[in-house]
Amino acid sequence: MSSFTLAARTPNHDPKPVAYTLTVLAFAAVGLILVLPLVAVFAEAFSKGIGVFLHTFTDSSIQHSIAMTLKVAALAVPLNTIFGLAAAWSVTRFTFPGRRFLISLIELPLWVSPVIGGLIYTLIFGIQMPLGAWLDERNIQIIFAYPGLVLATVFVTFPFVARVLIPLMEQQGQAEEEAAVSLGARGWQVFWRVTLPRIRIGLLYGVVLCNARAMGEFGAVSVVSGVIRNKTVTIPLQIEILHAEYHFAEAFALASLLSVLGIITLVLKLYLEREPVLRPPLAPAWEDRRRQRDPAQPTS
Amino acid sequence: MKFAIARRHVLPGLPLSLGFTLFYFGLLVFVPFLALTLRSFSHGWLEFWRTLTEPQVVATYKNSFGISLLAAAFDGLVGLLIAWVLTRYSFPGRRLLDALIDLPFALPTAVAGIALTALYSPEGWLGKLLPFKVAYTPLGIFVALSFIGLPFVVRTIQPVLAQLPVELEEAAACLGANRFLIFAKVLLPAILPSVLTGMTLAFGRAVGEYGSVIFIAGNIAYYTEITPLLIVIKLEQFNYVAAAGIGFFMLLVSFVILLLIQILQTWNAKRSGGPA
Repeated sequence: MSSFTLAARTPNHDPKPVAYTLTVLAFAAVGLILVLPLVAVFAEAFSKGIGVFLHTFTDSSIQHSIAMTLKVAALAVPLNTIFGLAAAWSVTRFTFPGRRFLISLIELPLWVSPVIGGLIYTLIFGIQMPLGAWLDERNIQIIFAYPGLVLATVFVTFPFVARVLIPLMEQQGQAEEEAAVSLGARGWQVFWRVTLPRIRIGLLYGVVLCNARAMGEFGAVSVVSGVIRNKTVTIPLQIEILHAEYHFAEAFALASLLSVLGIITLVLKLYLEREPVLRPPLAPAWEDRRRQRDPAQPTS
Repeated sequence: MKFAIARRHVLPGLPLSLGFTLFYFGLLVFVPFLALTLRSFSHGWLEFWRTLTEPQVVATYKNSFGISLLAAAFDGLVGLLIAWVLTRYSFPGRRLLDALIDLPFALPTAVAGIALTALYSPEGWLGKLLPFKVAYTPLGIFVALSFIGLPFVVRTIQPVLAQLPVELEEAAACLGANRFLIFAKVLLPAILPSVLTGMTLAFGRAVGEYGSVIFIAGNIAYYTEITPLLIVIKLEQFNYVAAAGIGFFMLLVSFVILLLIQILQTWNAKRSGGPA
């Protein structure tokens, strides 16, 4: 009876006890499933005191793994940024047969196991393969070397910039670029002076996400790395080595470094998502709309 | 035909940008995939089939596909709850809760892997409290896959739930439906496409997942091995044909999942009236 009158008065509101219970459950779920692992990383990293934590970063092979990760990302991220720009320009500014298909294909590496990203390059450049053997004779190593790490990383981070820029540029339209051309601007002038300033927030957003994945990639890189110490070991691989050798505090200390990178990425992502360019043209949130339509009704 | 007439484009740069896109894509994705395909059939269909039906490989399917499905279903339920709370209620800490959803996107898989292992191993914070083993059992795989899949579901449902017209619920309430009936008969059908899309995304991600799983799974043959791990094992044994065979099979699965995602997303966009 009472629930009926309540429902009739405020048809869109759940009864208070239900709302409280669901909210508490949501907090519990997020805390248990998502936040606790992050807390565990830092707790374990400092479990043997700050001394061990700091000492971890003085180890030469750990320092090498950090340098390696930076070197791999320094090449893989710019490559995918250029690709993202070229892909977004071609599919949003022109129509051609197979355009939609191409857009879907660009997404493919996101849904393929990262292990396959490593496997495909091993099958081409592995020393047992004709091309790999031919290159090996000329002392060029791809697999178990820096180029292989870059290739694997490029594969898994392939779509990150493109998938941010494509919907953004599609939505912005090309009227401004057309105006620039009609005023006599040349191709690159249009790009540098009109397109780039308009998409720079989106570009930064894509690069930040691409970089985070590039530095944290594990599966693809582990296949092509061969895990040669002080040579082809990146931070995630070094974490695996330390963990397998029961150096748990050190493994988590290094993991905390990647976690901090992750948190910075998350904060940057949130900050950039507040920019109007990146906000999808959603209808006003449910609560705002109700208030808009019926301002007299009090909100709970 | 339309292309043959080739209307002149106003903007420059089609040959350069499309040429570079196709070259880069072809070199890094298409040619390697071709090599993978050729390699997996280099010893014939029979050998390919034999690889995929090897008992140790077959034993991984129930982990990689079965547990992924269970994890996606779990994420669907929990994700719906979280998305509902985030869009429907206002409470202190809502923005923080919203931000935390993306944690699995930000945390590298290897980090997630060792963190979950530390939590759920028999001596871990949670492992100590639980009466049954989680780490080094299929349940551990489930935990890791639920972790990585959850944001996909929440982020897919959220915008759809936020855009639902208030009038639907009001009309149902006017007609005498109670809150539960409104949810089951009005809201759920409207958001179901987005829930299914989110679950498919989570499933697609889970099937290929490697880094977070191998730490907590313990990789016991015939028990907690996942299919991507078998590729790595075959490579370590220098059995390239078998590795390629399993890889090719996983690639086909990814294609199907990607196709399914596209279909679901179109359906979802149609149902919620938004742009594709």
